[in-house]
Amino acid sequence: MSTLEVKVWRGGEEGEFQRFEVPRLESQTVLDVVTHIQRHLDPTLSYRFACRVGMCGSCAMVVNGRARWTCRTHVADVTDGDSLEIAPLKNLPVIKDLVTDMRDFFDKWAAAQGQFHPTTTRKDDFARVEPESPERQQVDAGIECIGCGVCYSSCDVVSWNPEYLGPAAMNRAWTLLNDVRDGANEERLAAVAGDAGCHACHTHMTCTERCPKQISPTAAIAGLKRAALKAALKGKL
Amino acid sequence: MKNDWRSRNHPAWWAFLVHRVSGVLLTLFLPLHFLTLATALQGEARLEATLRWIDQPIVKLGEVILVLLLAAHMTGGIRLLMLEFMPWRDWQKSLLAVAAGLTLAVGLAFLLNLT
Ligand code: FES
Repeated sequence: MSTLEVKVWRGGEEGEFQRFEVPRLESQTVLDVVTHIQRHLDPTLSYRFACRVGMCGSCAMVVNGRARWTCRTHVADVTDGDSLEIAPLKNLPVIKDLVTDMRDFFDKWAAAQGQFHPTTTRKDDFARVEPESPERQQVDAGIECIGCGVCYSSCDVVSWNPEYLGPAAMNRAWTLLNDVRDGANEERLAAVAGDAGCHACHTHMTCTERCPKQISPTAAIAGLKRAALKAALKGKL
Repeated sequence: MKNDWRSRNHPAWWAFLVHRVSGVLLTLFLPLHFLTLATALQGEARLEATLRWIDQPIVKLGEVILVLLLAAHMTGGIRLLMLEFMPWRDWQKSLLAVAAGLTLAVGLAFLLNLT
């Protein structure tokens, strides 16, 4: 049985990589590797996971320099020979080892008006949204986000401007902007059209490159830019 | 903590870098361009001397690079405008290839015309 050389981040913002040797198994995921270390080599290792099947978005880490969902990432696809480097997500404060404080990330969803603002009550009939309508198609393209933070961690604009709302929050704003049942689009556009919003995007497209759900936040941000421009021309922004 | 080049190493990031670097270099070139043109104000002889200086092969090479920079910056800019103003999903990488191809084509056309 061969072994994997694994370097794992230990500590908080300040810290260092610690080396572990982990048995190499068939179909092993990066999350399996971290779990092996915690169960068999060092029980003090902190990390997050829940569903293990790519639904909850809690297991994201930076593997060999790139942010990934570790439960769905096979070791075979990412190893550099037989070595792995596992670090916490970037652009977020590290609490301990592989665990980051994701408060900023989610607060920015709220700041981008990521909440649904209904225009009807439960007493009204169901809204009917045509599946083929352009708005619904735009929503479909972005709605599968699991909130893992991979895009936020990968985004250089977030590193350069810590106020920047980031790809996930703006993808959320874009899906709501296209939700015909929502009634807060003017506020939402105002929230995302500021200095730290859609116009700050440099179109590096690292978010789109890394999103494990193949969503393109860059497309969403481009959509927000167009919508903001239209609103500004109409004097509504 | 911040990302390093392992995270940035993908075509769209390189396109951003080419666009930014070509933009900065072109900005630096512009005042030089005006300075050379301004020699015309100091009489025909000055201008002639400048033009002869420009005829050196090494300066000609600089011109080819300049044309490449211009082409790269322009196609990169058109790519960005298309990404931002046209509805899109899946063809961003093709767009990038088209921009790179056009840049090379323009550069080559200029080079062939020189010799
Ligand atoms: S553990 Fe739930 S997405 Fe990976």
